[in-house]
Amino acid sequence: MFRKIAISAVSALTLMTGAAWAAGEGETTDVAFSFEGPFGSFDQHQLQRGLQVYTEVCSTCHGLKFVRIGDLAEAGGPQLPEDQVKAYAKAFPINDEASNPQFLDPASGSMRTLTPADHFPANNSMGAPDLSVMAKARKGFEGPYGLGTNQLFKGMGGPEHIYSIITGFTGQTKDTAGVTLYENKAFPGGWMGMPNTAIAAGQVTYADGTESSLENEAKDVAAFLTWAAEPKMMVRKESGFKAVLLLGLLSVLLYLTNKRLWSKVKGKKLSHQA
Amino acid sequence: MAGIPHDHYEPKPGFQTWLHSRLPIVSLVYDTLMLPTPKNLNWMWIWGIVLTFCLALQIVTGIVLAMHYTPNVDLAFGSVEHIMRDVNGGVMLRYLHANGASLFFFAVYCHIFRGLYYGSYKAPREVTWVIGMIIYFLMIATAFMGYVLPWGQMSFWGATVITGLFGAIPGVGVSLQEWLLGGFAVSNATLNRFFSLHYLLPFVIAALVAVHIWAFHTTGNNNPTGVEVRRGSKAEVEADTVPFWPYYVIKDLFALSVILMLFFAVVGFMPNYLGDPDNYIQANPLATPAHIVPEWYLLPFYAILRSFDNTVWAVQLVHFLTFGIVDSKLFGVLAMGGAILCMALAPWLDTSAVRSGRYRPMFKAWFAVLVIDFVVLMWCGSQVPSSFTGWVGLIAATYWFAYFLVILPLLGVLEKPLLPPASIEEDFKSHYASPAE
Repeated sequence: MFRKIAISAVSALTLMTGAAWAAGEGETTDVAFSFEGPFGSFDQHQLQRGLQVYTEVCSTCHGLKFVRIGDLAEAGGPQLPEDQVKAYAKAFPINDEASNPQFLDPASGSMRTLTPADHFPANNSMGAPDLSVMAKARKGFEGPYGLGTNQLFKGMGGPEHIYSIITGFTGQTKDTAGVTLYENKAFPGGWMGMPNTAIAAGQVTYADGTESSLENEAKDVAAFLTWAAEPKMMVRKESGFKAVLLLGLLSVLLYLTNKRLWSKVKGKKLSHQA
Repeated sequence: MAGIPHDHYEPKPGFQTWLHSRLPIVSLVYDTLMLPTPKNLNWMWIWGIVLTFCLALQIVTGIVLAMHYTPNVDLAFGSVEHIMRDVNGGVMLRYLHANGASLFFFAVYCHIFRGLYYGSYKAPREVTWVIGMIIYFLMIATAFMGYVLPWGQMSFWGATVITGLFGAIPGVGVSLQEWLLGGFAVSNATLNRFFSLHYLLPFVIAALVAVHIWAFHTTGNNNPTGVEVRRGSKAEVEADTVPFWPYYVIKDLFALSVILMLFFAVVGFMPNYLGDPDNYIQANPLATPAHIVPEWYLLPFYAILRSFDNTVWAVQLVHFLTFGIVDSKLFGVLAMGGAILCMALAPWLDTSAVRSGRYRPMFKAWFAVLVIDFVVLMWCGSQVPSSFTGWVGLIAATYWFAYFLVILPLLGVLEKPLLPPASIEEDFKSHYASPAE
């Protein structure tokens, strides 16, 4: 009975013709990433290229304040050599206030020792949002009919949204109340504050010889930001995998135990019938 | 105790008697585990153990999360990211806790609808049912306050919308709202008290769960036939039941294990599927999200809240008849509360002499529509309001009330039920004689 009801409930939903998903949600291109699916993992070289795009292009305006620089050395992530990570952290000294530019410590008056940052710097130049968890703060795929089942098969679509934003500019601009807005196919509403000149093909030179087309830059930085949003993704997937495996085994054992245990109760019934 | 007759704990002379005469705790555990349980319980009777597990999971993961979380409007969002990045096992702790709430509600809905179908709410189990409804209501309150803690956009705006409902109460509403919030708007004071209450309420729930179990251990379990266990002699009881240990302990553990396997697949591979991406944006009182929605498990009642706007004639009529005291906002709030209250009153609204829906042909159809109705309401609650979802929501919300207030009372009179079996034993025999059924 319950199964029948469940089936009819689901079919009622799929048959229902809902209002078309509200217009202007923004188009998301489905891009294949190495980290998708239960067994997907990050591509170390892609993350390193993405870090380069972020550092040389995006960081001009966008911060990454929740991301630990030390995590760049972690296995499963960009896994940079330790000396490179240290050099990266040194580039953002935390006591480098603009008010004390001459490296003099205001307390002692002697030369200041610059302390490397432990996190990426915060930055919101021209109102640019922080990108620490951006890959989880946007969704790419809706519906059908607002059911969200597309997300079940394609993923939430955060990285795809980032890719689509970077590659989605049409070149059109408009001025609204003294602010220039740029048309973008992927942005909800269609007009965004990020300029269409923010990132372009060839803006970085990849050390590994990968062509720096706009699509490659977009894909690499989307992958990097996905890692930045959840550096522990691989730990999570491994824990999930182990738990599913062990619980599967436990389920089989309990099934057999249960069957044998109840065979006494049900067996007695059958002998009654005979 | 007027329970089902069964063997009780007999302390052996020596230490057992010494302890038993001072604290009969072994007896309590023995009698609880050896409780005669109808032997025909089906797979819909496993949700109790799942729910107990969920409560334990939420308390254990929650206590550890609270060690690393900071309830302050400037630090809360960052402290959640700290848990996700720096705390050992923090990723799993947080995702288990967040998705644990979803499993908790999924299980409670299965549990409630099982009760509604098999008439578990009917005499003599009304008290069990009402306590269950209070637990469900506290679960909603706990989950709602927990959702505010990460201090994302949906946390803040969800809290703003829901606490705003109290403002609809005539006279004291606005004062009540400010008292709840600790200010004129959702603020640091609100976050702090929600954290405190979110930590407290699960323990209240745990106590009520004990009372819930106590109540149905007094009446005995319902079962798919709705026929009571015969209590004339011990032989009759033994023909209708099996002891809870080991039969149902092992069966329940097997079911729990399968469900946890699916649960861990969600936590491990798609932990954000059930959440709203907007909650990964730090709360900003100056930027309202385009579409404020609660978590999936509150959507049906959210849909009922939204359905009764001032274009509905019933709302206009009530508005007129109450001299404007009950406006559309208050009407919506009353409807939302009433939808849960209707469920709680089911024992007195259902007039049928037959307990289980299995022997009620007309009831079966209306019940099936209620389940579909619940899913449709959930969908409506998730949508951006439009005239189409407004109509669907209004029809679905009306059916929810009609089921409890009109259909249940009338069916008892109009319906001609089938004859239930004379005993659980008879049903059990017939069940296993023809495995095709």
